[in-house]
Amino acid sequence: MNLATKDHAELAEQFNKDENRVDWHDETLWWIRQKRDKAAHNIPDWEMLRETASQIKNNVLGNIHQYLLDFEAQAQENGITIHWAADAAEHNQIILGLLQDMGINRMVKSKSMLTEECHLNDFLAAHGIETIDSDLGERIVQLAKEPPSHIVLPCIHKKKEEIGELFHEHLGTPAGNSDPQFLAETARQHLRETFLTRRAALTGVNFAIAETGEFVVCTNEGNADMGAHLADIHIASMGFEKIIPERKHLGVFLRLLTRSATGQPITTYSSHFKKPRKGQQMHIVIVDNGRTAQLGREDFRNSLKCIRCAACMNTCPVYRRSGGHSYHTAIAGPIGSILAPNLDMEKYSDLPFASTLCGSCSNVCPVKIDIHQQLYKWRQVIVQKGYAPAAKKMAMQGMTFMLSNPSVYRAGGKMGRLALKYVPFAVNNGMNPWYKHRDMPNPPKQSFGEWYEKNRGGKK
Amino acid sequence: MSSRDKILAAVKQNQPALQALPDVTPLVDTFPSSAEKFAETLAAIGGKAYEIQNITEIPVILGERDASTRVINLVDGLTIANAETQVGDIDPHTLENVDLAIIKAHFAVAENGAVWVTSDLLQQRALPFITQHLAVVINYDDVVGTMHQAYNRIADLDYDWAAFIAGPSKTADIEQSLVIGAHGARSMSVFILKQV
Repeated sequence: MNLATKDHAELAEQFNKDENRVDWHDETLWWIRQKRDKAAHNIPDWEMLRETASQIKNNVLGNIHQYLLDFEAQAQENGITIHWAADAAEHNQIILGLLQDMGINRMVKSKSMLTEECHLNDFLAAHGIETIDSDLGERIVQLAKEPPSHIVLPCIHKKKEEIGELFHEHLGTPAGNSDPQFLAETARQHLRETFLTRRAALTGVNFAIAETGEFVVCTNEGNADMGAHLADIHIASMGFEKIIPERKHLGVFLRLLTRSATGQPITTYSSHFKKPRKGQQMHIVIVDNGRTAQLGREDFRNSLKCIRCAACMNTCPVYRRSGGHSYHTAIAGPIGSILAPNLDMEKYSDLPFASTLCGSCSNVCPVKIDIHQQLYKWRQVIVQKGYAPAAKKMAMQGMTFMLSNPSVYRAGGKMGRLALKYVPFAVNNGMNPWYKHRDMPNPPKQSFGEWYEKNRGGKK
Repeated sequence: MSSRDKILAAVKQNQPALQALPDVTPLVDTFPSSAEKFAETLAAIGGKAYEIQNITEIPVILGERDASTRVINLVDGLTIANAETQVGDIDPHTLENVDLAIIKAHFAVAENGAVWVTSDLLQQRALPFITQHLAVVINYDDVVGTMHQAYNRIADLDYDWAAFIAGPSKTADIEQSLVIGAHGARSMSVFILKQV
């Protein structure tokens, strides 16, 4: 699927062609948002919990240099090998090197959005190494040759019938069977064989503890553990912002993570990896890939507090109705729209505009990132740097001219009202983006200026 | 300059002013630390808790199993017919046909239905994942309320690997339909042993 050349609005338009699907997508995600609310309301001190998490993360940002040094030293003492990668290419190269050193050409991988960001699977495939994604949702989109559309629910955009077809084609299930129980059982059998035969396992990292050098991986399926505990080599990829100060701070984050994500009290498995198993190698690749630059941007560094729960996506009225693929980046939705411009401002200049700025994302964020404020600030940076689309620039210049010239403004308003009244086809057509999916309003008889002149004119 | 040094230098250069760490203590005692609450939460996430007076009740509740099914029993003082009790030195891949594993956990957490296990209790890290069914034994008094209490308890303990396990493995990746038994255990029973 080529997502590279289209912007958010164009990709959303493709998604919006099937209205029933949009409604279904919208309702499904809203249902998850409601589950989040219920879980949050069951915790009497929820807001205190959010504030505490936010303050811990603020502390991390201000002391991250020391925490990284502590983490590295502790992890090495525990027998873990630490690697540092300045960018995606170096991250991929390190992993390739580790696998080649052991003569391994097949790897099993649990969820890691960082490896999506780095396009690791494609890179390894080009070097003759097969990667199988073991999270069910990720396996489904991998079979469909698509990227995940959601960081927690990778195939939330797919109907079960489509998944049934994929399984029929790739895993030999009977045609037409789309029963979730049956399909999940098929995937269990298929992936069990994978877990038992792969000598290398890659996982992500949810939290890395500076104090102890251990890292925590959370899954519901048990796929990270099935891979890691059976493999000769366990590689964990982490962005450096995953660090937290002390083990006891996990109490705060593990209470927040899944309640915010899916409304569960905790993931089924919260696995604490401190030392490799006897005879096993354990490696951590700590990745920058633009994160130090983001840390230096005062207005945007708070985005590095993110714990990847996806609550901001589930609540976002734009995400719910445009689908994750419309964001054409590894991390979709509101948080992705403030992370991506840091990586490539030109390529992702459309994303901060893919928002109504309603602020719902900031209200549900468990670590209190000011997401909608950052979206607004990115818009200003993007326009100042000249990355706004030409049409938007022209329209904004036109607005500036009109709004700073009262006579032009009045004439323009009158013309607009007349056009809506007498030649509606001039605006009610495909050329006018405001006409898409909605009717134009009935024109008022007069402007507020005219009404004021008539009713209040002369009275001081 | 190595990537490590470059990254660390850039981090040092760009990190904002230090802010103090917050106090976690006001959050600690905000959920009842009762075995009954734990059982309730566990049931809500697909597990099942049994309160027992004596460890001998466990095989009765687990029921008869075909002699050919493989059972691993790692609980001291518990007798299960035909069960293996030593798996520490085998290749973990050979655990693939284990039907039931019975293990001890250090304590349980009432607010989320989780039990805390460390690798020294398991002999094999893979065991609670690769087994088809998982049974866990905890003491009635070893239930904490919140995760903060849990970490206070764990605070300075050492372990090689450890986990909170909360219920059977599950997925809702296909149209948000909950399916129990993803890649890990298909069921989780927790026996809460009330010493009399």
